Amino acid sequence: MNIQFRAPHLLACLAIALPLAASANAILDGYQAETKGTFSAAAGEKLYNTVGPKQLSCSSCHTSSPKNVGKHAKTNKAIDPMAPSVNPKRFSDSAQVEKWFKRNCNDALGRVCTTQEKGDFVSYMLSVK
Amino acid sequence: MAYFKFITLGLALLGTGGLALADDGGSQITLHPKMEQECSACHIAYRPNFLPTSSWKQVMGSLDKHYGADASLAPADQKEISDWIIANSKEQGEAPPENRITKSFWFTRKHGTNHVKADVWQRASVKSKSNCQACHADAAKGDFNEHKIRIPR
Repeated sequence: MNIQFRAPHLLACLAIALPLAASANAILDGYQAETKGTFSAAAGEKLYNTVGPKQLSCSSCHTSSPKNVGKHAKTNKAIDPMAPSVNPKRFSDSAQVEKWFKRNCNDALGRVCTTQEKGDFVSYMLSVK
Repeated sequence: MAYFKFITLGLALLGTGGLALADDGGSQITLHPKMEQECSACHIAYRPNFLPTSSWKQVMGSLDKHYGADASLAPADQKEISDWIIANSKEQGEAPPENRITKSFWFTRKHGTNHVKADVWQRASVKSKSNCQACHADAAKGDFNEHKIRIPR
Protein backbone atom coordinates (compact mmCIF):
# COMPACT_ATOMS: atom_id res chain seq x y z
CA MET A 1 0.00 0.00 0.00
CA ASN A 2 1.51 3.18 -1.13
CA ILE A 3 0.01 6.37 0.29
CA GLN A 4 0.92 9.55 -1.44
CA PHE A 5 0.51 12.89 0.33
CA ARG A 6 -0.53 15.54 -2.09
CA ALA A 7 -0.23 19.19 -1.18
CA PRO A 8 -3.84 20.11 -2.04
CA HIS A 9 -5.16 17.36 0.17
CA LEU A 10 -2.98 18.42 3.09
CA LEU A 11 -4.11 22.01 2.71
CA ALA A 12 -7.71 20.93 2.69
CA CYS A 13 -7.18 18.97 5.89
CA LEU A 14 -5.53 21.97 7.54
CA ALA A 15 -8.34 24.26 6.47
CA ILE A 16 -10.77 22.01 8.31
CA ALA A 17 -8.61 21.32 11.36
CA LEU A 18 -7.29 24.82 12.14
CA PRO A 19 -10.60 26.50 12.99
CA LEU A 20 -11.39 23.56 15.28
CA ALA A 21 -8.12 24.03 17.14
CA ALA A 22 -8.88 27.72 17.64
CA SER A 23 -11.75 28.84 19.86
CA ALA A 24 -14.12 29.94 17.09
CA ASN A 25 -13.97 33.47 18.49
CA ALA A 26 -11.30 35.84 17.22
CA ILE A 27 -11.52 38.13 20.26
CA LEU A 28 -10.92 35.26 22.67
CA ASP A 29 -7.99 34.14 20.49
CA GLY A 30 -6.58 37.66 20.80
CA TYR A 31 -6.67 37.48 24.60
CA GLN A 32 -5.11 34.02 24.52
CA ALA A 33 -2.26 35.40 22.43
CA GLU A 34 -1.62 37.99 25.16
CA THR A 35 -1.49 35.64 28.13
CA LYS A 36 -0.25 32.13 28.90
CA GLY A 37 -3.03 31.35 31.36
CA THR A 38 -5.85 28.94 30.59
CA PHE A 39 -9.26 30.56 30.41
CA SER A 40 -12.09 29.24 32.55
CA ALA A 41 -15.79 29.71 31.92
CA ALA A 42 -16.44 29.01 35.62
CA ALA A 43 -14.13 31.86 36.62
CA GLY A 44 -15.92 34.08 34.09
CA GLU A 45 -19.28 33.22 35.62
CA LYS A 46 -17.94 34.09 39.07
CA LEU A 47 -16.71 37.44 37.75
CA TYR A 48 -20.13 38.09 36.19
CA ASN A 49 -21.73 37.82 39.62
CA THR A 50 -19.05 39.66 41.61
CA VAL A 51 -20.45 42.70 43.42
CA GLY A 52 -18.07 45.66 43.46
CA PRO A 53 -17.62 48.73 45.66
CA LYS A 54 -20.64 50.52 44.14
CA GLN A 55 -22.85 47.51 44.94
CA LEU A 56 -23.04 46.75 41.23
CA SER A 57 -22.26 43.57 39.34
CA CYS A 58 -22.62 42.64 35.68
CA SER A 59 -25.90 40.98 36.65
CA SER A 60 -27.27 44.27 38.04
CA CYS A 61 -28.00 45.38 34.47
CA HIS A 62 -27.58 42.18 32.44
CA THR A 63 -29.77 40.09 34.82
CA SER A 64 -28.91 36.70 36.30
CA SER A 65 -28.59 35.17 32.83
CA PRO A 66 -26.69 36.77 29.93
CA LYS A 67 -29.35 35.28 27.67
CA ASN A 68 -31.94 37.74 29.01
CA VAL A 69 -32.69 41.27 27.84
CA GLY A 70 -31.14 43.52 30.46
CA LYS A 71 -32.07 46.91 31.84
CA HIS A 72 -29.73 49.82 32.53
CA ALA A 73 -29.64 50.28 36.31
CA LYS A 74 -29.95 54.06 36.05
CA THR A 75 -31.73 54.89 32.82
CA ASN A 76 -33.96 51.80 32.43
CA LYS A 77 -32.84 51.45 28.82
CA ALA A 78 -33.26 47.89 27.49
CA ILE A 79 -29.97 46.09 26.90
CA ASP A 80 -29.77 43.38 24.24
CA PRO A 81 -28.76 39.94 25.55
CA MET A 82 -25.02 39.43 25.93
CA ALA A 83 -24.76 35.71 25.20
CA PRO A 84 -23.75 35.14 21.54
CA SER A 85 -26.00 32.05 21.48
CA VAL A 86 -29.02 34.37 21.47
CA ASN A 87 -27.38 37.55 20.13
CA PRO A 88 -24.74 36.70 17.50
CA LYS A 89 -23.60 40.35 17.25
CA ARG A 90 -21.98 40.07 20.67
CA PHE A 91 -18.21 39.56 20.93
CA SER A 92 -17.72 40.06 17.20
CA ASP A 93 -16.24 43.59 17.22
CA SER A 94 -13.12 43.98 19.33
CA ALA A 95 -13.39 47.80 19.57
CA GLN A 96 -16.90 47.43 21.04
CA VAL A 97 -15.77 44.70 23.43
CA GLU A 98 -12.80 46.73 24.67
CA LYS A 99 -14.95 49.85 25.05
CA TRP A 100 -17.45 48.05 27.27
CA PHE A 101 -14.86 46.13 29.30
CA LYS A 102 -13.17 49.46 30.07
CA ARG A 103 -16.43 51.12 31.14
CA ASN A 104 -18.12 48.27 32.93
CA CYS A 105 -15.13 46.82 34.79
CA ASN A 106 -14.66 50.33 36.14
CA ASP A 107 -18.35 50.74 37.07
CA ALA A 108 -18.94 47.25 38.46
CA LEU A 109 -15.53 46.43 39.97
CA GLY A 110 -13.97 49.86 40.38
CA ARG A 111 -10.89 48.87 38.37
CA VAL A 112 -9.72 47.64 34.97
CA CYS A 113 -10.04 43.95 34.12
CA THR A 114 -6.98 41.86 33.34
CA THR A 115 -6.56 39.95 30.09
CA GLN A 116 -7.04 36.76 32.10
CA GLU A 117 -10.40 38.04 33.40
CA LYS A 118 -11.52 39.14 29.95
CA GLY A 119 -10.63 35.70 28.57
CA ASP A 120 -12.51 33.97 31.40
CA PHE A 121 -15.50 36.26 30.85
CA VAL A 122 -15.68 35.69 27.08
CA SER A 123 -15.26 31.94 27.66
CA TYR A 124 -18.25 32.05 29.98
CA MET A 125 -20.33 34.03 27.47
CA LEU A 126 -19.50 31.55 24.70
CA SER A 127 -20.41 28.63 26.99
CA VAL A 128 -23.92 29.93 27.73
CA LYS A 129 -26.24 28.03 25.40
CA MET B 1 -56.03 87.17 4.91
CA ALA B 2 -53.74 89.21 7.11
CA TYR B 3 -55.83 88.15 10.10
CA PHE B 4 -55.48 84.50 9.11
CA LYS B 5 -51.72 84.86 8.78
CA PHE B 6 -51.55 86.41 12.22
CA ILE B 7 -53.38 83.44 13.75
CA THR B 8 -51.13 80.98 11.92
CA LEU B 9 -48.05 82.78 13.18
CA GLY B 10 -49.47 82.76 16.70
CA LEU B 11 -50.12 79.02 16.55
CA ALA B 12 -46.65 78.40 15.19
CA LEU B 13 -45.11 80.34 18.05
CA LEU B 14 -47.20 78.41 20.59
CA GLY B 15 -46.08 75.14 19.10
CA THR B 16 -42.39 75.93 19.30
CA GLY B 17 -42.43 77.59 22.71
CA GLY B 18 -41.68 74.35 24.52
CA LEU B 19 -37.98 74.76 25.00
CA ALA B 20 -37.82 78.44 25.94
CA LEU B 21 -34.13 79.33 26.17
CA ALA B 22 -33.06 76.16 24.46
CA ASP B 23 -35.48 76.83 21.63
CA ASP B 24 -33.89 77.96 18.41
CA GLY B 25 -35.13 75.17 16.17
CA GLY B 26 -32.08 73.13 17.19
CA SER B 27 -34.26 70.25 18.33
CA GLN B 28 -35.00 69.40 14.74
CA ILE B 29 -31.46 69.02 13.43
CA THR B 30 -30.31 65.62 12.22
CA LEU B 31 -27.93 64.14 14.73
CA HIS B 32 -24.44 63.05 13.83
CA PRO B 33 -24.83 59.26 13.31
CA LYS B 34 -21.92 58.29 15.57
CA MET B 35 -23.06 60.71 18.26
CA GLU B 36 -26.58 59.29 18.15
CA GLN B 37 -25.32 55.73 18.21
CA GLU B 38 -22.92 56.19 21.13
CA CYS B 39 -25.18 58.31 23.35
CA SER B 40 -28.20 56.14 22.77
CA ALA B 41 -26.38 53.03 23.95
CA CYS B 42 -27.46 54.15 27.44
CA HIS B 43 -30.01 56.97 27.04
CA ILE B 44 -31.58 58.97 24.23
CA ALA B 45 -29.11 61.24 22.46
CA TYR B 46 -29.90 64.61 23.99
CA ARG B 47 -30.04 67.50 21.55
CA PRO B 48 -27.03 69.84 21.30
CA ASN B 49 -29.25 72.84 22.11
CA PHE B 50 -30.12 71.38 25.53
CA LEU B 51 -26.88 72.65 27.05
CA PRO B 52 -24.66 75.65 26.38
CA THR B 53 -21.40 74.87 24.59
CA SER B 54 -19.33 75.40 27.73
CA SER B 55 -21.32 72.68 29.54
CA TRP B 56 -20.97 70.29 26.62
CA LYS B 57 -17.21 70.79 26.64
CA GLN B 58 -17.13 69.73 30.29
CA VAL B 59 -19.43 66.75 29.69
CA MET B 60 -17.44 65.52 26.71
CA GLY B 61 -14.15 66.12 28.49
CA SER B 62 -15.06 63.92 31.46
CA LEU B 63 -16.81 60.91 29.91
CA ASP B 64 -15.00 58.55 32.29
CA LYS B 65 -16.99 60.21 35.09
CA HIS B 66 -20.34 60.64 33.40
CA TYR B 67 -23.03 61.26 36.04
CA GLY B 68 -21.83 58.29 38.09
CA ALA B 69 -20.89 55.97 35.21
CA ASP B 70 -17.87 55.42 33.01
CA ALA B 71 -18.92 56.36 29.47
CA SER B 72 -15.44 56.74 28.01
CA LEU B 73 -14.94 56.49 24.27
CA ALA B 74 -11.96 55.73 22.07
CA PRO B 75 -10.07 59.07 21.67
CA ALA B 76 -10.89 59.43 17.96
CA ASP B 77 -14.62 58.90 18.57
CA GLN B 78 -14.59 61.22 21.56
CA LYS B 79 -13.06 63.99 19.45
CA GLU B 80 -15.34 63.46 16.46
CA ILE B 81 -18.48 63.57 18.61
CA SER B 82 -17.25 66.50 20.74
CA ASP B 83 -16.37 68.54 17.68
CA TRP B 84 -19.82 67.99 16.23
CA ILE B 85 -21.66 68.90 19.44
CA ILE B 86 -19.54 72.02 19.93
CA ALA B 87 -20.18 73.10 16.34
CA ASN B 88 -23.92 72.52 16.75
CA SER B 89 -24.50 74.08 20.16
CA LYS B 90 -24.40 77.69 21.30
CA GLU B 91 -23.18 79.55 24.33
CA GLN B 92 -26.67 80.61 25.34
CA GLY B 93 -28.45 80.72 28.66
CA GLU B 94 -26.88 80.12 32.04
CA ALA B 95 -24.79 76.95 32.40
CA PRO B 96 -26.83 74.64 34.67
CA PRO B 97 -25.45 73.15 37.91
CA GLU B 98 -23.42 69.95 37.34
CA ASN B 99 -23.99 70.40 33.60
CA ARG B 100 -27.38 68.78 34.09
CA ILE B 101 -30.02 69.46 31.44
CA THR B 102 -32.67 68.77 34.10
CA LYS B 103 -31.33 71.60 36.26
CA SER B 104 -31.46 74.16 33.46
CA PHE B 105 -33.70 77.14 34.08
CA TRP B 106 -35.86 76.38 31.05
CA PHE B 107 -36.25 72.73 32.11
CA THR B 108 -37.28 73.47 35.70
CA ARG B 109 -39.70 76.14 34.48
CA LYS B 110 -41.41 73.71 32.10
CA HIS B 111 -41.43 70.79 34.55
CA GLY B 112 -42.47 72.51 37.79
CA THR B 113 -45.25 71.15 40.01
CA ASN B 114 -47.79 73.30 38.17
CA HIS B 115 -47.10 71.12 35.10
CA VAL B 116 -45.91 67.79 36.52
CA LYS B 117 -47.01 66.45 39.89
CA ALA B 118 -44.10 65.55 42.16
CA ASP B 119 -45.02 61.85 42.38
CA VAL B 120 -44.74 61.41 38.60
CA TRP B 121 -40.94 61.36 38.86
CA GLN B 122 -41.09 58.48 41.36
CA ARG B 123 -43.04 56.19 39.05
CA ALA B 124 -41.20 53.12 37.77
CA SER B 125 -42.36 54.05 34.28
CA VAL B 126 -40.55 57.39 34.54
CA LYS B 127 -37.80 56.71 37.07
CA SER B 128 -35.60 59.69 36.16
CA LYS B 129 -35.97 63.20 34.82
CA SER B 130 -33.46 62.16 32.19
CA ASN B 131 -36.01 59.75 30.67
CA CYS B 132 -37.55 62.33 28.30
CA GLN B 133 -39.16 59.60 26.23
CA ALA B 134 -41.27 58.39 29.16
CA CYS B 135 -43.65 61.30 28.47
CA HIS B 136 -42.33 62.75 25.19
CA ALA B 137 -42.72 59.61 23.05
CA ASP B 138 -40.71 60.94 20.12
CA ALA B 139 -38.04 62.65 22.20
CA ALA B 140 -35.28 60.69 20.51
CA LYS B 141 -36.35 62.32 17.22
CA GLY B 142 -36.26 65.77 18.78
CA ASP B 143 -40.04 66.03 19.01
CA PHE B 144 -41.03 67.65 22.32
CA ASN B 145 -44.35 69.04 21.12
CA GLU B 146 -46.41 69.89 24.19
CA HIS B 147 -49.59 68.53 22.62
CA LYS B 148 -48.11 65.05 22.37
CA ILE B 149 -47.14 64.69 26.02
CA ARG B 150 -48.52 61.51 27.62
CA ILE B 151 -47.61 61.05 31.27
CA PRO B 152 -47.52 57.29 32.03
CA ARG B 153 -49.00 55.68 35.13
